[in-house]
Amino acid sequence: MENIVVIGGGVSGLEAAGQLARMGYSVTVAEKNEKTGGNVKNWYHLFPDRRDSKEVIDYLNKLASHPDIKILTGKEITEISSRNGKFDIKSSDGTVLEADAVIVATGFELFDSRRKEEYGYGIYDNVITSADLEKMFRSGGVRLVNGKLPEKVGFIHCVGSRDEKVGNYYCSKLCCVTAVKQAIEIKEKIPGAEIFCFYMDMRMGGPYYEELYREAQEKYGITFIRGKVSEISVNINGKLVTKAEDTLAGRPLRMELDMVVLMVGTEMPEGNIKLAERSLLKCSENRFFKPVDNHYGSNLSGKKGIFYAGCCVAQMNITESISHARAAVSEVVNYLKNR
Amino acid sequence: MKDFDPFVIPFNVGLYFILIYSVVRCVIWFRQLSRADKLRLQRGFFSRAFGESLREIFMESLIHRKILKAKPVLGYMHMSLAFGWFLLIVFGTLEADIFGKSHLNPPYKAIFFRFFNPGHGNSLLAEIWEFIMDLLLAFILSGLLLAIVKRFLPGVVGMKKTTKLRLRDKIALTALWLVFPSRLIAESLTCGAHGSGSFLTGTTGAWLASFLPAESLAYPFWWLYSLSLGVFFILLPVTRYMHIPTELFLIFMRNSGITTGDKAGTFAEVEVHSCSSCGMCIDACQMSFVTGINNIQPVYLHRALRNNEDVTEKAYNCLMCGRCEEACPVGIEVSAVRMIQRRNKTGKPLYENRWMGYFREHLNHEPASSGKTQNYKIRSNIRVEKADTIYFAGCMTHLTPGIKEAMIKIFRAANEKVWFMDEVEGACCGRPLMLAGNDREARELINFNSDLIWKSGASKLVTSCPICYNIFRSSYYIDTEILHHSQYIKNLIDNEAIRFNYSHKKVVYHDPCELGRVAGIYEEPRDVVSWVADLVSVPEEAEKSLCCGNSLANIFLPPSKKNAIAVDAIKRLTAGNPDIVATSCPLCKKTFSRVSKTRVADIAEIVAEEISSVQSKRIRTASVNLREMVNQLLG
Repeated sequence: MENIVVIGGGVSGLEAAGQLARMGYSVTVAEKNEKTGGNVKNWYHLFPDRRDSKEVIDYLNKLASHPDIKILTGKEITEISSRNGKFDIKSSDGTVLEADAVIVATGFELFDSRRKEEYGYGIYDNVITSADLEKMFRSGGVRLVNGKLPEKVGFIHCVGSRDEKVGNYYCSKLCCVTAVKQAIEIKEKIPGAEIFCFYMDMRMGGPYYEELYREAQEKYGITFIRGKVSEISVNINGKLVTKAEDTLAGRPLRMELDMVVLMVGTEMPEGNIKLAERSLLKCSENRFFKPVDNHYGSNLSGKKGIFYAGCCVAQMNITESISHARAAVSEVVNYLKNR
Repeated sequence: MKDFDPFVIPFNVGLYFILIYSVVRCVIWFRQLSRADKLRLQRGFFSRAFGESLREIFMESLIHRKILKAKPVLGYMHMSLAFGWFLLIVFGTLEADIFGKSHLNPPYKAIFFRFFNPGHGNSLLAEIWEFIMDLLLAFILSGLLLAIVKRFLPGVVGMKKTTKLRLRDKIALTALWLVFPSRLIAESLTCGAHGSGSFLTGTTGAWLASFLPAESLAYPFWWLYSLSLGVFFILLPVTRYMHIPTELFLIFMRNSGITTGDKAGTFAEVEVHSCSSCGMCIDACQMSFVTGINNIQPVYLHRALRNNEDVTEKAYNCLMCGRCEEACPVGIEVSAVRMIQRRNKTGKPLYENRWMGYFREHLNHEPASSGKTQNYKIRSNIRVEKADTIYFAGCMTHLTPGIKEAMIKIFRAANEKVWFMDEVEGACCGRPLMLAGNDREARELINFNSDLIWKSGASKLVTSCPICYNIFRSSYYIDTEILHHSQYIKNLIDNEAIRFNYSHKKVVYHDPCELGRVAGIYEEPRDVVSWVADLVSVPEEAEKSLCCGNSLANIFLPPSKKNAIAVDAIKRLTAGNPDIVATSCPLCKKTFSRVSKTRVADIAEIVAEEISSVQSKRIRTASVNLREMVNQLLG
C-alpha cells in the first residue's frame, strides 16, 4: 500500500489524512505538538456563527481515527529529501519516515506581541492577546488580573499584520472578524462593559461576516474607531492609558481602559522557514510557502510528490482550509496514479 | 649646457598659476570668515597651534598616518605619492643647489635637473644622491602602480568600493598618472645617452639606449613630463586635487579652533574642498555595504557641493550615524556639513560657479518656509511639579515601556523624588525636527519644554533617550544638569544608592550612535553593565559601533532597507552567542528586538532586574580588579 506522510495535524492535515485513508491509502501524520488540532484547539467559539470549536475538532478526530492513519505527535519535521521517487522525512528526534508522497500542512503561528513593545504585552498585566482571551472564555470568565470584571475593553486590530515595521506587509484576514466575534462575546458576558475596536480597515470578506459586524454595532453597541493605537502606558490606578488617533474625526484621543486585547496576526513559523530552506522549497515574500500558481496550482510545491494544504501557503479560515486539503488529496491521488 | 629650453614653459605656467591661485583663494576665504574666526586664525598663527598644524600636515597630509592605521596598503599608496613627491622636490631642489651651476635656482631647474645636468660628476656624494633620487622615484612609482590597480581592482588595497569619477577628474588623473612614468622614461633616456644614473634610471637608460636613439627620444618625453605637470596644475582647482592645497589651510583653521558651525561659510567650504575623495567613508557606510546605496556618502555629497548640484537626496538619505566621520582621514566634520544642507530648505545650491568653477560665490536664498509658527499651547495643561530631579523618558521610550518601567523601579530603589515630565502628555524634545533641518519648528518645542523645566526648579534632568540627551545638552538654554540614564545609574552605583545581584549572563553592549559617536559616552554604560553581568567585547564597538538602521535622521530610506541594516548589525553583534544584547537607546532596542532571536534589553532593564537589598560584593570586586589590571597593562 502506498504511504503518504502529512506534516501537521491541524485542520488541513487531519482533513487530508482522513480523506486519503478513506480512499485506501496508508497515512502517517507528523504533528510537532503533543496534541493534534492545530490553532483551532486553542479557540473557544468560531466565527461567524460562534459554534464551539470542539465540534470541528471532534469531526476531525473522528475522520482521522482510521486504521490506516498513524498519528505521531511531538514530532517536528526538519527536512524532506527525495530519492528514486520516494521521500525521506527527517524529524528533529533523528528518526526518518518514508513516503511515496508528502502533504505539507504546517499552518501558521500567531505573531509574538512582545515585538510590538509599545502595546506593553508582557509588561502590563491586562494587555492580552486574542488567543489569551479565548482561553479566558473557555476557562469560565473574562477577568482582570485583580479578579475584577473589566468595564472598558479595547481591541487593537492588525498587531503584526499590515505592518512594514515588523516586516509583515500582508493582511492576516482572520483577525477582523475574530475581533467582532470576541467583542460580542465579552458584551454578552459583561453587559455593562464598554468596548472599543481600533481598526485600520474592517475586512469583512466572508459569508455572514458583514452581518456579524452590523450586529456588533446595532445590537451590542460596540464602538469602532478607525485609527491605530500608538502607545499604551499604565497610570497610578492601574488603568491602561491608550493613545490613538481617530482618523475619521481627525483628532488624537487618549482613553483609560481596563483591558486591551491585541488581535495578533499570523506568521510562517520559524521552523517551517528552516524546513523550506533545507528541503529546497520556495517561500514567497511574506515567508509562507510559495505554490506554483496562485489560481490553479495552489497545492503544488513545484517539486513532484510534495503538496501543500491549508494555511502554510496563505491565510484561510476553516472552511477554506478543509477545501484546500481536499484539493491537495486529489492532487496526491493524481500524482500516485500517473507516476 | 643650456639654462633654458622651451619644454619647461608648460610646467612653469602651471606652477606659477597654481601658486598664485592658491594664495588668492585663501585670501578670499579668509575675508569671508566671521570676525571671531579671523581673530582665532590670527591668534592661531602665532601660538602653539602653528606648530601643531605643521606636525599634523607632516603626519596626515604627507605620511597619511590615519589611513595607514586603518588600511595599510591604501595608506602606503597615499604616502608614497604625497610624501615621496614631497621628498623628491626637496632632494631635487638641494641637488640643483649642490650639483648645479648656480645657487637659488628657479624651480624648473630642480624638476628637470637631469635634462640640464645629464651627468653631474662621479663623486661618491653624487652617486649616493643619484641613488636617493632613484629610490624616491621608485617609491612613488610603486604607489602609482597601486593607484592604477586600485582604480580597477579596489579590493587589492583593502577597499570594497572606489570613487566614481567625472571627465575633468579623469583628465587630471591621467595627467597625474603620466607625470612619474614620463619622468622615469625621460630621465632614463637622458641617462642612457650620457652613461649616468643610478639603479633605476641608469639601468633602464642603459638598456633602452642599447637599441633606441636615446638622445633624440628623450626630448619628447621631457615635453610630456612638463606638459602633464602643467595640465595637472591648471586643472587642479576644478578637480578633486584641489584638496592638496586646501587641506593645509583646513589644518591651520581647525587647529586655531574654528569649527563648522551650523551655517554655510568658509570653514564648510574649505572642508568640502579638502575632501580627497579617498573613499574611506564609502567602506564605513552601512547604507553602502548592506543596502547597496552608493551615491550619498560624504565623498559624493562633497563633490556635488563643489559642482553646485541639487543635493537634497544626498543630504537627507543618510542615517547620520557618524561612522563616516570617524573614518574620514582628513577629519572633515561631515555630519555638520550635511546638516547645513538639510537646513537649506530651498532645494537650490548655496554656491554658484564663477570663472568656470575656478571661483565660487555664496548665494543668499530667501528662506523656503513661510514663517508660520506652530503653537504648543494645546499642551499647556501639563502640570509642573516642583522636584529636584526630572525624568524625561522621550517619545521612543514611551514606545518601549519596558525601559520606562525599569527606570521607575530604579528611581524607587534609590529613593529619588522625581517629576516624570512626559508621563502622560509631553512635547517632543525637538531633535527629530532639527535632524530634518527644521530648526525654527524645533525651537518652538525647545522653548515650550524649557519653560516647564525652569518652572520645576530641578537641578538635574535624566532622560532615557540619547537623541533627547543631545538636544538638551546642545540646544536648550537651561542651567539644569543633563544626564543620560547610563550616567545617572553610574552615579547611583558610585554613591552606593542601589545594590545588585550579580547575574552571570553574557552581555554584549551596543553603542547607540547618538550616545557614542555624537555624545561621546562610551564608559558609563559599560561600567553599569559590568556591575551586574559579564560584559563581553565585540569588534563593532565604541567608535566603530554600527547603526541599528532605524535612525530618525533618515526619512528617505524605506523600512525594508532599514530592516536589512538591523538584521546585518544584529548578526554581527550576536556572533559570539551572548545571552543579551544590551543597548541604551530605546530606538536601537526597538529596532533590534524586532529582528533578533537573542534577547535585546536596555541597560536600565538589565539593572532593574538585578536590584537587590544586598550587593554581591565578592564577584564585583574581582571583576573591577581584573578590569583595572587590563587598563593598566594597556596603559
